Amino acid sequence: METIMTLTEVVERLGLRVVTPAGSGDSKVTGGYTGDLLSDVMANSKAGNLWITMQTHQNILAVAKLKDLAGIVLVNDRQPNEETMRKADEEQVTILSTGESAFSISGRLYRLLARP
Amino acid sequence: MLRTFKADLHVHTCLSPCAEVKMSPLAIIKQAKACGVDILGICDHNSAENVAAALQVAREHGVHVLPGMEVTSSEEVHLLAWFDALEPVQQLQEIVYRHLPGENEEETFGMQVIANADDEVLGFNQKLLIGATTLGVREIVEEIHSLGGLAVAAHIDRESFSLLGQLGFIPGDLVLDALEISPALSHEDAMCKYSFSLPLLQSSDAHKKEEIGSCCTRFLLERVSIEEIGKALRGREGRKILRW
Repeated sequence: METIMTLTEVVERLGLRVVTPAGSGDSKVTGGYTGDLLSDVMANSKAGNLWITMQTHQNILAVAKLKDLAGIVLVNDRQPNEETMRKADEEQVTILSTGESAFSISGRLYRLLARP
Repeated sequence: MLRTFKADLHVHTCLSPCAEVKMSPLAIIKQAKACGVDILGICDHNSAENVAAALQVAREHGVHVLPGMEVTSSEEVHLLAWFDALEPVQQLQEIVYRHLPGENEEETFGMQVIANADDEVLGFNQKLLIGATTLGVREIVEEIHSLGGLAVAAHIDRESFSLLGQLGFIPGDLVLDALEISPALSHEDAMCKYSFSLPLLQSSDAHKKEEIGSCCTRFLLERVSIEEIGKALRGREGRKILRW
């Protein structure tokens, strides 16, 4: 079983940086999905998941929107380019970033959401 | 007059670390000739240092070589580039080299042999050719086009290193000339599976000698040039892709 938290809570607890605040902080984070192959994320992520990736191409926004994901966390301090930032505003997708690796931030998110 | 040309437009040489060392320009051209391949695209990973030798051998054996490259984007998408001459592919190589970090480790990835037309080793490329450039897909496609080449997404049916695998779908702002199907799919299956507005073609992606010409696309062209192949991809002036 998992604890449901809002995106704002998760951002605070994990110390994520908000790159594009376009989406809603009140949206519920239902879990996480980690992956860089967008075809895989499209096939296997679930609505409300926080998506952890190092992929910064603007296609990530369409995937997040299509799958109704809570937000995107870019790892290893990767920055989206201007076009991706602009599109994130348009598409109302929250992009977050962290200096941590995908392994580390996935582990912390898992612990945060898993019930003791 | 239009005639049919059998083309295998995606073949590696011994310069690619993952290809067999015996894939020298001379061996490749001889094999292509033996298989009845008219047009050969030499597309090594992130480099074109064996293209000059391939062009020289090809002239001697009556095979057409398209100078090319398989460029890895920052999203880890493989893109094919084909040109009419050596110069533009060398210009692309300069751009790619400026954006390609790392050094090759022969024991892990394989040797990167630069050969001449007489099957002699000229040297070894030290760059990490198997790695990804820091150039995005759109930047690469734009560079290829500005140098007068054709830009094609490689093996889109494969999960790894393909446009669809890495990026899920074709980005709306990407102006590609065609999509390549790997030998894993038949013509019928590819036609059923994909309904893109872009033309599909198929090539062997040969890393071994016996794979050369195993999977080809047949073009109806007047002569071999990028302009003619471009027309065939767009179905203009009677030029076209025939069933592969």
